[in-house]
Amino acid sequence: MSLEIKTNVIQPRRHTYSHIAKRLGADKPATRYQEGTWDLQPTVNFHYRPTWKPDQELYDKSLTSIQMEDWYTFNDPRQMYYGTYTMARHKMMEAEESHFKFIDKSNMIGLMDADWQQKIKTFLLPLRHFEWGANMNNCDCSDKAYGTAISQVALFAAMDRLGMAQIISRVGLLLDDNTGKSLDQAKVDWLESDLWQGVRKMVEDSFVLDDWFELLVAQNLCMDGVVFPLFYHYFEDAGIRQGGTAMSMLNEFMQDWGKDEKRWLDQLLKVTAAESAENAALLSKWAATWTERAVTAFTPIAKHVLGDEAADVMSSIRAEITKRAKKSGIEI
Amino acid sequence: MAEKRKKKLGIKQRYSMLTRGLGWDTTYQPMDKVFPYDNYEGIIIHDWEGWEDPFRLTMDAYWKFQSEKEKKLYAVIDSFAQNNGHLGITDARYVNAIKLFLTGVSPLEYQAARGFTHVGRQFRGVGPRVACQMQAIDELRHVQTQIHSMSHYNKFFDGLHSAPHMHDRVWYLSVPKSFFDDARTAGPFEFLTSISFAFEYVLTNLLFVPFMSGAAFNGDMATVTFGFSAQSDEARHMTLGLEVIKFMLEQDERNIPIVQRWMDKWFWRGTRMLTLVGMMMDYMLPKRVMSWREAWDIYFTEAGGALFADLARYGIKPPKYADIATKEAEHISHQAWNIFYNYTHAAAFHTWIPEKEELDWLSEKYPDTFDKYYRPRLEYLDKEEKAGRRFYNDILPMLCQVCQIPMGFTDMDDPTTISFHSSEYQGNKYHTCSHGCKDIFDYEPEKYVQAWLPVHQIYQGNCGGAEVPDVLKWYNFNLGADNMEYQGSPDQKLWDEWQAHRKKA
Amino acid sequence: MSRIVSITLQNNDDARPIIEAIEKDNPDATVNLYPAMVKIDCDGRLIVKQETVEGLLGREWDVQELHLSIVSIAGNVDEEDDYFELSWNI
Ligand SMILES: [Fe+2]
Ligand SMILES: [Fe+2]
Ligand SMILES: [Zn+2]
Repeated sequence: MSLEIKTNVIQPRRHTYSHIAKRLGADKPATRYQEGTWDLQPTVNFHYRPTWKPDQELYDKSLTSIQMEDWYTFNDPRQMYYGTYTMARHKMMEAEESHFKFIDKSNMIGLMDADWQQKIKTFLLPLRHFEWGANMNNCDCSDKAYGTAISQVALFAAMDRLGMAQIISRVGLLLDDNTGKSLDQAKVDWLESDLWQGVRKMVEDSFVLDDWFELLVAQNLCMDGVVFPLFYHYFEDAGIRQGGTAMSMLNEFMQDWGKDEKRWLDQLLKVTAAESAENAALLSKWAATWTERAVTAFTPIAKHVLGDEAADVMSSIRAEITKRAKKSGIEI
Repeated sequence: MAEKRKKKLGIKQRYSMLTRGLGWDTTYQPMDKVFPYDNYEGIIIHDWEGWEDPFRLTMDAYWKFQSEKEKKLYAVIDSFAQNNGHLGITDARYVNAIKLFLTGVSPLEYQAARGFTHVGRQFRGVGPRVACQMQAIDELRHVQTQIHSMSHYNKFFDGLHSAPHMHDRVWYLSVPKSFFDDARTAGPFEFLTSISFAFEYVLTNLLFVPFMSGAAFNGDMATVTFGFSAQSDEARHMTLGLEVIKFMLEQDERNIPIVQRWMDKWFWRGTRMLTLVGMMMDYMLPKRVMSWREAWDIYFTEAGGALFADLARYGIKPPKYADIATKEAEHISHQAWNIFYNYTHAAAFHTWIPEKEELDWLSEKYPDTFDKYYRPRLEYLDKEEKAGRRFYNDILPMLCQVCQIPMGFTDMDDPTTISFHSSEYQGNKYHTCSHGCKDIFDYEPEKYVQAWLPVHQIYQGNCGGAEVPDVLKWYNFNLGADNMEYQGSPDQKLWDEWQAHRKKA
Repeated sequence: MSRIVSITLQNNDDARPIIEAIEKDNPDATVNLYPAMVKIDCDGRLIVKQETVEGLLGREWDVQELHLSIVSIAGNVDEEDDYFELSWNI
């Protein structure tokens, strides 16, 4: 049907939506990321105030003290919209799935030193609750954030955290032969063990933060800045010495995810700090406060796993966060 | 070593271990501070563990299935664009349905995404929270796939270029926008009752199923594909809608009257909004699948009948005014088309008088009402247009304070009289279009007096100026292209040109 | 009183064996064809069995794959490892 018509009579009349063309500075073809992100969120003429918080609008810039001339200054460097996001995660998960299958078949868990198996139960499994907390926090940021660009990266991150909580839980099921006993014990540890109370208190305090941008910094820069290197690099190294190769395989998803998080987060912090000295000052204050808290909170677990090395490890983790922040224009 | 016998986990058990077990009761911060919004509506929950997960997708399965859907969908979108699929539709008039969809419905998908993100953080139960989060990201999917599918149409047709801008401003788009603003500004339980139950479970079939089937019938493969692909998530959303209702009703009998009131309200608000869909089905599809009336019978009367019979065991009654809505199904699509025919100079899509066979089809589908009340008027307007006197109404209409539809609907027992209701609140008079809307206003006047009513706003000078063309510019309309009668529009001229070339070839 | 439960599926290659399985396992079901989709109605209860679909498909089939083809449902859902069932408690 269409082939019958010569293409010269069916020239497009415009190349993209007008709000996209405005941002591009010209009517030219746009990417799917751009069309699926820019200006999606309503901005004016809201009909009613939220009955759950009548002093704010449904979408409200004042829910953070960070100020941006344009909340679409940030663009996800990964250009993720829903389609590219799910495809990327499925790919990561496929690899992870084959590791689970291999480890299950080859009984690699059984090759781990019994001590180390026990240790994994005490340091890794309770972390699933931390991941669940990270899910809540990113969900909260996505809810309150202004503009689609930031709201959607936070929503993707929220779902990822649920995914990682589930991967950790599956490690537990591998360790306890699907009885779930290790998960029950991990919850008791999370709620009661001295090792975890600093972390749990920090996470619960973050739940009630008012400013969503502070929450985003606290969770994704500071807490994650400690957790990802500590658990999936330093603890892994310690495990390899005790037959823990299986864990190196299973950690892959989290390691890849940690790298992926840095890409969007560092870019977001960079453009936000570059916007104004006030923004940079706020980010610096939050980063300093929460890095200090995160390092302190995780130190008992670091000692539990790494012993005397823990102090050095924690200070190099702290130095790494400081260095990353500095690159984004944030002084800790 | 003896072979270890591993327990095989069933889907329910596995899901519960991997998901439900993640939550805990906070102690360093009080639960009421961590979850401040889930008890002010009066819904009493004794045991959040009583929540039955409506579906049990872990994230690994979610990514797997969803990425598969996306891969298929984008392959179709790509080939639609590459092959100029827009030339395969039955008629360019059809695209006007797409325009209404992109400006009126797609922005609701975004609102849904943000609304479910909000409640996905706010419920203190893990089960509902996860279900809501998954729906949140699904709804983001819907808005993005719709924008991507329709991007190709935007390149060739008018009226599709500024959906978000228009959704925030244009008079008739305040009907869907206020609907969602209303739901989102309500508490989390009312939000789920409005969107998951009333809209998705009870009414969404009326929107998507006939519309997508209609798209297939009219050669629009891009829309069929995104539509069905979105609907495949909808089964999960519908199940969530039914689950939340059962959960509230089972937890405490004091919840029953609250839930009943919400059902009544959102059923009415939903049917009002779906008027736009009824009009799309009966008037905007060149090839029709079923009439609005037929869709109503299948998807509300029949499916809804079984649903409310099922809920009767909790003491729930069918929504108030369901009988009136059923009577209205004979009328509203015609009345709505008449409103838009009147005001199409102020709308971002075209209207027209249906062709003779189309009028005959309507006569056949609406034997009791169409010939008696609506056909003569359409034939008169047709004559006027052909005589060079295409009618446009320059008087701005009064809007219903609740549903925001122009007050053009009639009393259903007397289709020649406009239905008109009013209420007093703090010394002012507020007008509503129906008993249903009046009830809603009277229960929560402090909410509905806040409504951003487009016509009021124009009179107050908040919409770009005092003259209609100023307002339309503020809407970002391309005057003479986006608006006005279909006959003679740039869309039509171009379409005819393409057809002429096709014939030559 | 209507007690119709119903499942609507896309009318494509992926869904065809599922539709066939439903017809097999629910002899009372009525199949309605619409452009691009199939609506299957049944009184009170309707089941999709993994075993039947697998037999028709000649491969393993995860019940959750149903969600790739589903357009709409009416009824309370019960989803297990080996079946998907819709019902009304009337
Ligand atoms: Fe949706
Ligand atoms: Fe939905
Ligand atoms: Zn009304």
